[in-house]
Amino acid sequence: MSPILATALQLLALVGALALVHRPFGDYMAAVYTSPRHLRIERCLYRCVGVDPDARLRPAAYLRAVLAFSAAGVLLLYALQRLQDKLPLSLGFEAIDPDQAFNTAASFVSNTNWQSYAGESAMGHLVQLTGLAVQNFVSAAVGMAVAVAVVRGFVHRSARSREGAARAHEGAARSGELGNFWTDLVRGVVRILLPVAFVSALALVATGVVQNLAGAHEVHTLSGATQHIPGGPVASQEAIKELGTNGGGFFNANSAHPFENPSGLSDLLEVFLILVIPFSLTRTFGTMAGNVRQGYALLGAMGVLWLGAVLAVTASEFAHPGTAAQAAGGAMEGKEQRFGEGASALFAASTTMTSTGAVNAFHDSFTALGGGATLLGMMLGEIAPGGVGSGLYGMLVMAVVAVFLAGLMVGRTPEYLGKKIGTREITCAACSFLVTPALVLSGTALAMALPDGEEAMTNIGAHGFTEVLYAYTSAANNNGSAFAGLGADTPFFNTTLGLCMLLGRFLPMVFALALAGSLARRAPAPATAGTLRTEKPLFSGMLVGSVLIVTGLTFFPALALGPLAEGLS
Amino acid sequence: MTATLSPRRTGRLAWAACRALLVLTVVCGLLYPLAVTGIAQAAFPDRADGTPVRADGRDVGSALVGQRWSGREWFHGRPSHSDYDPRATGSGQLGASDPRLVRTVRENRQAVADYNGVPTAAVPPDAVTGSGSAIDPDVSPEYARIQTSRVARANHLTKGAVRELVDAHTEGRDLGFLGEPRVNVLKLNVAVRKAAAAAR
Repeated sequence: MSPILATALQLLALVGALALVHRPFGDYMAAVYTSPRHLRIERCLYRCVGVDPDARLRPAAYLRAVLAFSAAGVLLLYALQRLQDKLPLSLGFEAIDPDQAFNTAASFVSNTNWQSYAGESAMGHLVQLTGLAVQNFVSAAVGMAVAVAVVRGFVHRSARSREGAARAHEGAARSGELGNFWTDLVRGVVRILLPVAFVSALALVATGVVQNLAGAHEVHTLSGATQHIPGGPVASQEAIKELGTNGGGFFNANSAHPFENPSGLSDLLEVFLILVIPFSLTRTFGTMAGNVRQGYALLGAMGVLWLGAVLAVTASEFAHPGTAAQAAGGAMEGKEQRFGEGASALFAASTTMTSTGAVNAFHDSFTALGGGATLLGMMLGEIAPGGVGSGLYGMLVMAVVAVFLAGLMVGRTPEYLGKKIGTREITCAACSFLVTPALVLSGTALAMALPDGEEAMTNIGAHGFTEVLYAYTSAANNNGSAFAGLGADTPFFNTTLGLCMLLGRFLPMVFALALAGSLARRAPAPATAGTLRTEKPLFSGMLVGSVLIVTGLTFFPALALGPLAEGLS
Repeated sequence: MTATLSPRRTGRLAWAACRALLVLTVVCGLLYPLAVTGIAQAAFPDRADGTPVRADGRDVGSALVGQRWSGREWFHGRPSHSDYDPRATGSGQLGASDPRLVRTVRENRQAVADYNGVPTAAVPPDAVTGSGSAIDPDVSPEYARIQTSRVARANHLTKGAVRELVDAHTEGRDLGFLGEPRVNVLKLNVAVRKAAAAAR
């Protein structure tokens, strides 16, 4: 079988598996977030936390809870790293330096999982287990909670209508309330992330991923050398790393490491885990909106963009332009033999179109256009399908922008889901999607203007610029993958990238929740013959166009200096 | 708005956030990984411990972690950025058009061709490029095949016998279509060593 045919079959198998679970899993998640009942274990957790699970929060209160919980996460993670040498299970590793500890804490709490450290030589088991792995769960659950809260605001019907009464249990029945952050958080962890991660972790062990609590042990090889074989609770972390679109590897080589990703089968499972929640959440949205076709319209736009990225990266890697790749006879630099070009390209496109950032091959060594396509994938704002939760609320923001643009063209007041989009809504939406480009471009400009940028590059010329641009794009979009040639463990990069991650995560959340709160207060307007049908394929097409135009205009000059210049030279 | 932001309410919220984080740390950071470890160790003890390979009655490495092989009697793996040190995994990070990478690739191609006595055109891409992990345990079947004559001569085995070992250790794609065909270098070398010992 030719590698191209095998790659096509692999893509078909992945799409088939995602399609199979889309409906049941999406509906299950909708049920989780709308059910009025609490599980016994959840009641127990609420008692420990000391919150009333049936209280309803207005947007500002919901946001404060999100920020308080995330701030606590940053502080705990920072403390764990700074005190590592004094805590048990440290494997003898030193405490992490302040700038790197801040960077890592910001990174894991913001669901970015950018790593300026090398896992196997810096982090002991205790930090990995109780710090990093915990944030893998809760940062994902926070993203999903915010997405669900935003959806509640979008679909909220005033209590007067019959529909509204039926939806009263969703917690959005009273004016402007978006639900309860603590129940959304706990349910996301207990009912969705933990069970799926548990089963997948065991499946990963079955394929060869390690899972033990030992440190490295020494073996004497047949050729007379000594080798330190590492150990650790890798599978349990690997499962949630992909499922929560986190991406922080247990080892420096991330999912290219054979202990994290030992075979073609484990690789497909990991790509599936990366994509399953972001794609299925569109069904959750459709179900909660009372019209599943609204969800399919978003899914269509996400699917087209994701598939486009997969095809672009795959085509470029198989064609392997670039003098070094041509000299080698294939783009295998930085790739593993068991994956080859096809599985590496599929993973690369999926990890950058979501906010995962795990890698099974090193993007820095991809062909200029293949690497450029992964960069563009992140620049689209990671909404196709995006990170868990953040992809959905990011796409909803773009949907508001798309109906606004369409409204401008025909001279009508734009509406989405029966709600009029006014000045306040479009301001919130514009602010939300402008945050990341502002962070990316100003961060890159700053690094290029100061000597810190040039000193950190491994590559030269246009490719070196791409390394820096990639770093800020990855951080501000909460991706976490890297053109890892950039030596980013310096106080300058640790600090600026850390700030980009926090602002790139929480500012769009602020604006998305404000948008949802504003929409929740709007009374629905009846649809007329002139209403734009946002559940039709035409709207999916407009959504794709809006995303590409908005991003294209923002980033084209920067892309022209980096991957385009390199690819055309 | 000012009422909701009073210091007392902010303090209560911060306290709830800390408690939530601690409770979830116990559930996700201790109970979950320990449960996975317990079941994994019971159900797949070998794999959970890194798929060790034994030869001569001792542990000689992991089937999933590549090793550095020097000497004509062994099959060699791919170039490694860290010389196959599992404590420093990762790749060389040079771009596909980088002049330094071009030079390395050309030098590797010539070196592999000379070492194995084959024309440079017969050297496959994986033999001249660094892997992603730096501990790639596999090579392509093509790279294994061009090494057979050299390994056979050094071990005083027939070329046909070594070729058979290579074929026996060639793994196809998972389920027939996932990933790429490959040969595990450590397992193959263990088999070659066994055959050489039997022939003596």
